[in-house]
Amino acid sequence: MREFALERPATLAAATVAFNAGGEAALLAGGHTLLPAMKSRLRMPDTLVDLSQVAGLTGITKEGDLLWIGAMTRHAAVATDATALPALAQLASGIGDPQVRNRGTLGGSVANNDPAADYPAAVLALDGIVETTAGSTKADDFFQGMFATALADGEIITRIGFRIPEKAAYAKFRHPASRYAVVGVFVAKFADGVRVAVTGAGPGVFRWEAAEAALNGTFSVAAVKGLVLDADDLNSDIHASADYRASLAGVMLGRAVAAAV
Amino acid sequence: MQTKLTINGVAATHEVSPATLLVELLRDGLSLTGTHIGCDTSQCGACNVLIDGVAVKSCTVLAATLDGAKVTTIEGLAKGDELHPMQAAFKENHGLQCGFCTPGMVMAGLEIVRRHGPNVSAETIAHDLEGNLCRCTGYQNIIAAIGAGAKAMGGKSNA
Ligand SMILES: Cc1cc2nc3c(=O)[nH]c(=O)nc-3n(C[C@H](O)[C@H](O)[C@H](O)COP(=O)(O)OP(=O)(O)OC[C@H]3O[C@@H](n4cnc5c(N)ncnc54)[C@H](O)[C@@H]3O)c2cc1C
Ligand code: FES
Ligand code: FES
Repeated sequence: MREFALERPATLAAATVAFNAGGEAALLAGGHTLLPAMKSRLRMPDTLVDLSQVAGLTGITKEGDLLWIGAMTRHAAVATDATALPALAQLASGIGDPQVRNRGTLGGSVANNDPAADYPAAVLALDGIVETTAGSTKADDFFQGMFATALADGEIITRIGFRIPEKAAYAKFRHPASRYAVVGVFVAKFADGVRVAVTGAGPGVFRWEAAEAALNGTFSVAAVKGLVLDADDLNSDIHASADYRASLAGVMLGRAVAAAV
Repeated sequence: MQTKLTINGVAATHEVSPATLLVELLRDGLSLTGTHIGCDTSQCGACNVLIDGVAVKSCTVLAATLDGAKVTTIEGLAKGDELHPMQAAFKENHGLQCGFCTPGMVMAGLEIVRRHGPNVSAETIAHDLEGNLCRCTGYQNIIAAIGAGAKAMGGKSNA
């Protein structure tokens, strides 16, 4: 890794000052995306601002129909402690491996918005709110395609609110080596409608309107039988062709609905 | 930068650069070469150590961000000549061949005991070894070793 300066602020205000002190800066959470990227020199920040000493960024609290989770909450903690949202806990327990889950954080995953990451599907399907040092953004506006989000440079995610649904489930076809989603489908049924989010299949997480419409009719596996995505906008790579992903999304949708009903 | 760590029970202040990975401090700085680097891309688990009792890939953590933490490496498990029960189980169950992956496997085994207790099933062990690669054994004896080690530990996390 190229040398850099490390700042370990204790408050969000100090973190923002450190970030803007000059040169290229990056926020460090669990480091399980950023440090590998720095080793391969995809990222070469002059300054790393470590968020681990900033108070108030971890923990899970229920407020009304929202479950708020601090940005620095590690995947392992969500897997065991997000009992008010079992589908989210189950998603977290399937990220990477136990050692990755002991370091990686919710905020880091959502800020990074890897097109094959798991959390973005949950944030989008659960009608999430991303709270940051600059305000709040609805999930529908937050995710903007491959590795792109509504975050401005240096804006820090503080916590994420998930709307607690009547029923929900996540089904993913895991890449056998990395455990990232080849395709993952998160289905959430609310009193005012169904939301379906797809990760892994396209350049970024997106909602699947045809599946939502079908499930708003009847929330059953039969209602989505035979439904597949349009392959035109999907990824083709060494792991899977666009056609394969289109078909796989239908299978994952069926599994998620079966697990949710 | 300075970072205060208690490594295998020894508290000391270490001078590190911000970019020093924990595994680099252990191996190059402290000659604790039992912790291995198999991939350096966060995939193989050969570098697993315990930080405050929790297993972590030491190739993907900056030493300077751990100020105040307790680190346990493979060197910290045995009591003199007496192997830790998880180490003894690897020996008894032929849980290794070349031994390169073994330190990371033993640490992953301790993590499995911490999370699942002494009576963990072979299926759970296999599942929880997703972050550990072995190019020799075919995993069967590693799974058996961790199961036996878990029982021998009797549910104590012991690290
Ligand atoms: C072997 C391996 C397997 C993995 N498998 C999976 C998997 O199956 N599914 C999956 O979804 N992910 C997987 N991951 C990724 C893992 O979940 C990462 O931990 C996660 O994507 C990034 O979180 P982090 O806390 O490590 O963030 P970091 O690496 O510290 O940061 C990632 C990015 O987010 C920014 N950032 C971090 N926190 C904030 C914040 N609070 N506000 C604003 N910006 C912030 C950083 O500046 C950086 O750009 C895997 C990683 C590894 C190494
Ligand atoms: S060397 Fe750390 S995971 Fe392979
Ligand atoms: S025993 Fe050789 S790599 Fe596992």
